[in-house]
Amino acid sequence: MFDFSAVTTWIHDFLSSFLPGWLTVTAECVLIGVCLLLAYTVLALFYIYYERKVCAFFQCRIGPNRVGPLGLLQSVADAIKMLIKELISLNHIDKFLFALAPYLVILASMLAFAVLPWGNGLQIIDFNIGIFFLIAVSSIGVLGILLAGWSSNNKFTLIGALRSGAQMVSYELSIGLSVLTMVCFAGTMSVGGIVEAQRDLWFIVSGHIPAIIAFIIYLIAGTAETNRGPFDLPEAESELTAGYHTEYSGIHFGFFYLAEYLNLFIVSGVATLLFFGGWMPLHIPGWEGFNTIMDYIPSVLWFIGKAIAISFIIIWFKWTFPRLRIDQMLALEWKYLLPINLCNLVLMVLIIVYGIHL
Amino acid sequence: MIMTSLAIQNSTLAIVAALTGICLVALALWLAGLISPRSFNPQKGEAYECGIPTRGRSMTQFKVGYYLFAILFLMFDVECVFLFPWAVRVKELGGAGLLSIAIFFCILVLGLIYAWRKGALEWK
Repeated sequence: MFDFSAVTTWIHDFLSSFLPGWLTVTAECVLIGVCLLLAYTVLALFYIYYERKVCAFFQCRIGPNRVGPLGLLQSVADAIKMLIKELISLNHIDKFLFALAPYLVILASMLAFAVLPWGNGLQIIDFNIGIFFLIAVSSIGVLGILLAGWSSNNKFTLIGALRSGAQMVSYELSIGLSVLTMVCFAGTMSVGGIVEAQRDLWFIVSGHIPAIIAFIIYLIAGTAETNRGPFDLPEAESELTAGYHTEYSGIHFGFFYLAEYLNLFIVSGVATLLFFGGWMPLHIPGWEGFNTIMDYIPSVLWFIGKAIAISFIIIWFKWTFPRLRIDQMLALEWKYLLPINLCNLVLMVLIIVYGIHL
Repeated sequence: MIMTSLAIQNSTLAIVAALTGICLVALALWLAGLISPRSFNPQKGEAYECGIPTRGRSMTQFKVGYYLFAILFLMFDVECVFLFPWAVRVKELGGAGLLSIAIFFCILVLGLIYAWRKGALEWK
């Protein structure tokens, strides 16, 4: 399997051959920043297109097909359209917080984005507490959403933001606990370590029944965390116009839009990482020939392919279930998912400590 | 893109990622400021509501239920944070570790049961 660290080592050697040490580090930082920015934007634009196409598929429509081949440039055109829209300055808003909110939302998704394992040797931040860092930074996004709703001086945005905040903090608990279950199983919090531990078998297979339960809970909580699907009550358009970003216009609104789609990718990416082996190819123990063939598919394709497949399920939810009411949404989390999750954690720990095999 | 083989530390990379996010917003806003049109109309600055001018400020008191769930969240999130260091060493700590964490766990589950019985989980 191609190791991308060969490329990065080559870049490093090339740069350090004619630059002094500190300048090399600066140049590499800038390079990483540019790569990150490009990957972020391209992926978000692709996801907007992907969601529209999948929605069209569920509704027996064609979806965007005019701009570029197969409508692929539709979201690029949308981005340009947003850039040339006026940024309306409002009268009674809290200007500082209003301007700060998009920064926080983008910051949270960018930091979480940088932790994902893209491929063999292709990972930007590899902390030894990687997955913990990911949970920590992704909760900054809630702050951004709350600030956006609060500072807009509009009743719709206030209600939308509070609903969104209540929903995101509640479901963050489920995400945290199902990640905790898998961390127990993997015995490491490092993203690279978790991927490495799934070299032979993905956790969804090797993790017995608790891993499957954790995956289902993670998927439900992840859908809620991204304010999508049946959990889109913060922006229930028939009651709250657009929820917390009602007052944002032009590219200001674009940031929330971008972050929302990127969060969908991050949630699927983390599900891929925890349950489906990150960038690890599909390996079946004993099938040597099959495993060798699978190794020929580039690791980046494996990661993005699996993430897109999981995103498909999350988009599918949206067109299958009706929107929940806020009391149903909170009851689902606190009365069902949380107790199940705690029991699941205990079950997983018992399996690990006493080696019970189901 | 990984630079583990290179001499950049993870904390630096986290700062680079954060700066990239800030740059993305700042650059796009700057670009939008350059090319987006501007027009003035006193109606534009009003809140997007029903059409009649908004009464009073919207940054007012809100339902206390949200606050209750935030407190409950805090309790369980802190629990989660305490469980993480133990989670990476589950196998090595074995039965003894499990017993001590079980006591901690029980206290929190009791907290959840208490909140449930008190009706804090009902949305009224």
